[in-house]
Amino acid sequence: MEMVTIRYDNKIVRNFAFATMLWGVVGMLVGVIIAMQMFEPAINSKLQYLAFGRLRPLHTNAVIFAFVGNGIFTGLYYSLQRLCKTRMFNDLLSKIHFWGWQGIIVAAALTLVLGHTTGKEYAELEWPIDIAITLVWVVLIINVIGTILTRREKHMYVAIWFYIATLVTVAVLHIVNSIEIPVSFLKSYPVYAGVQDALVQWWYGHNAVAFFLTTPYLGLMYYFLPKAANRPVYSYRLSIIHFWSLIFIYIWAGPHHLLYTALPDWAQSLGTVFSIMLLAPSWGGAINGLLTLRGAWDKVREDAVLKFMAVAITAYGMATFEGPMLSLKNVNAISHYTDWTISHVHIGALGWNGFLTFGILYWLIPRMWNTPLYSRKLANLHFWLGTLGIVVYASSMYWAGITQSLMWKQFTLFGVLQYPNFLETVIQIVPFYVIRAIGGTLYLTGSIIMVYNLIVTVRRGKLVGEEEVQVPAGWDEKPHAQENRHRWLEKRPIQFAIVSTIAIMIGGLVELIPTFLISSNVPTIASVKPYTPLELEGRDIYVREGCYTCHSQMVRPFRSETERYGEYSKAGEFVYDHPFQWGSKRTGPDLHRVGRKYNNLWHFMHMENPESVSPSSIMPAYPWLYTQDIDTAHTASKIRAMQSLGVPYPKEYDRQAVTDLKAQAEGIAVNLQKESAPADPSKEIIALIAYLQRLGTDIAVPKQ
Amino acid sequence: MLKMFSHYFEAIEGIATYPVVSLLLFVVVFAGVLVHVFRMKKEDADRMSQLPLN
Repeated sequence: MEMVTIRYDNKIVRNFAFATMLWGVVGMLVGVIIAMQMFEPAINSKLQYLAFGRLRPLHTNAVIFAFVGNGIFTGLYYSLQRLCKTRMFNDLLSKIHFWGWQGIIVAAALTLVLGHTTGKEYAELEWPIDIAITLVWVVLIINVIGTILTRREKHMYVAIWFYIATLVTVAVLHIVNSIEIPVSFLKSYPVYAGVQDALVQWWYGHNAVAFFLTTPYLGLMYYFLPKAANRPVYSYRLSIIHFWSLIFIYIWAGPHHLLYTALPDWAQSLGTVFSIMLLAPSWGGAINGLLTLRGAWDKVREDAVLKFMAVAITAYGMATFEGPMLSLKNVNAISHYTDWTISHVHIGALGWNGFLTFGILYWLIPRMWNTPLYSRKLANLHFWLGTLGIVVYASSMYWAGITQSLMWKQFTLFGVLQYPNFLETVIQIVPFYVIRAIGGTLYLTGSIIMVYNLIVTVRRGKLVGEEEVQVPAGWDEKPHAQENRHRWLEKRPIQFAIVSTIAIMIGGLVELIPTFLISSNVPTIASVKPYTPLELEGRDIYVREGCYTCHSQMVRPFRSETERYGEYSKAGEFVYDHPFQWGSKRTGPDLHRVGRKYNNLWHFMHMENPESVSPSSIMPAYPWLYTQDIDTAHTASKIRAMQSLGVPYPKEYDRQAVTDLKAQAEGIAVNLQKESAPADPSKEIIALIAYLQRLGTDIAVPKQ
Repeated sequence: MLKMFSHYFEAIEGIATYPVVSLLLFVVVFAGVLVHVFRMKKEDADRMSQLPLN
């Protein structure tokens, strides 16, 4: 066979690998800092830029999009060239992708700490950054498809299918969830509101976990695990089943679960049978990975790379078993809003994504620098610190989550809540927050040791930036006698990408069409009115400070919740909420019925120093709300944006808005001054109090 | 949590079509993939699984 000499681009792999290490440490460090804030809120030094509500989105975004994102690209750029036996399609596109992505990360970090956020979890970045992400993603797609088109290996290995599916699906998810109306340069409102916004957001959130944290990493697993173990994947057949079931059946099954009650009987029965088969997508991968190591377990004992990978795959199996369990109604009733969820996602992030990334880096860097790893001892130390960190982290959070949930639901023999004060349930689990921070610190320490180990390795070796290899010039075009359709597809990347896109679009539409229809089917409540301009500004402050990271606004129809918080939440109450702020975690109590529960003075004192009214509270203080003026420069355009989204403010109300805002602020300030609080009507705290006092009061029955 | 609002969907006309479509797609494709995989020749599967190692 005719051979040609080509050069693989290792420099781009190096860039992404370094970025992975850098952002990994940053993301984990921020995680440890906010973990400490949960038992010692004062460590934010009362600086707004270090407040929990702003750092928590920074932590999640840094870990998901900076650490895992760069991890994906490191492995993708390395494996794709080798699986296609060709250099990346275009060096310039590779560079634009690299620097574009790092620029987005820096912009994200700055805007998030400055308080520019959309308030939608894992999609917090504001509209200019959303557009940049879309553009950079398109560059990546062109580069990857171009590489696949110019390949010298006829067959596309299963890892490449996972990459293609990831690229198209993430693009669709990102665009659909980011449709928003800009109000100013760094402020926008999502076009969806309330229940609909929540449905779109969690359609995104659920599938983003699948297509950003799972499928690309499975692609990496299918390449790097056989490489590291030096044996082929256990079952190629299983990998095909695994791929199709995970990619498409997963996304098609979503609407099935959401609309389960609307199903006819025969379909419900069929659905139950196939729900069990849904374990195939995730466990197919985990089993396939672990069985690849069969007969190589002696190597696992010796080799840190394989150790990391074995634990990563085990964590994947655990997390994907737990996921469906958490979706069961009775389990969810206990786990939701608690630290159980936090534990679950960290099994995935620390175990699956983190450990697989570490395994790949330990394997990749000595090879690219053509030198043995500096210290195997340090790599083993990292492995044990990391594993211990995960165990400490997860077990403390499981314990905390279940403890708190049981306390929330505990009634006395007389039928009243045993722990009516929410704070009691928090104080009970504060020791676990300390333990969790220790677990996180262990994990972070391990990562820093890895970075040191790899930097010394890099210094001792020399980067093979342009790796020369001999590859076959092309493939034999002899027509295959028994070529079936799937094999036809496997050789054609464009068709493969199109089929993939159509398939996920079908799944998306089946779920999204009912979602778009629902807004006209949510019963409207006549007494629910749009927010006043002051309340709207207060709500934007609530979003800016990331209050949703600790407080939900969703009282569920359980007795334990209606006893504690009041009437359960109705869909019709959220119709003007752009964005919805239901939250996903109750570190503090639910706030949907907080309006008029306390007087203005209580809120005024509480936000300045939570411990003044709730001793031992772990909520941070918000002193800057008392010095910063309410920004009314965009109030009129906010009203206009809301009007364009269908919020029924009177015609030309935008001209009246600021006057009304000032009058309402004056009223609240006078009320506070009567109680001898030093209130200034122009300060942000007044707007926030106005919003909090409005929350959930629209359907209240007026007192006789 | 979204389940507590899923009853609003029931008011939409013909709503049951959507989950039935999604369920049937799932069943058909899953069955199709199984058939394809079991008909796959062993040497083909072996050759493909060697791709990362070459």
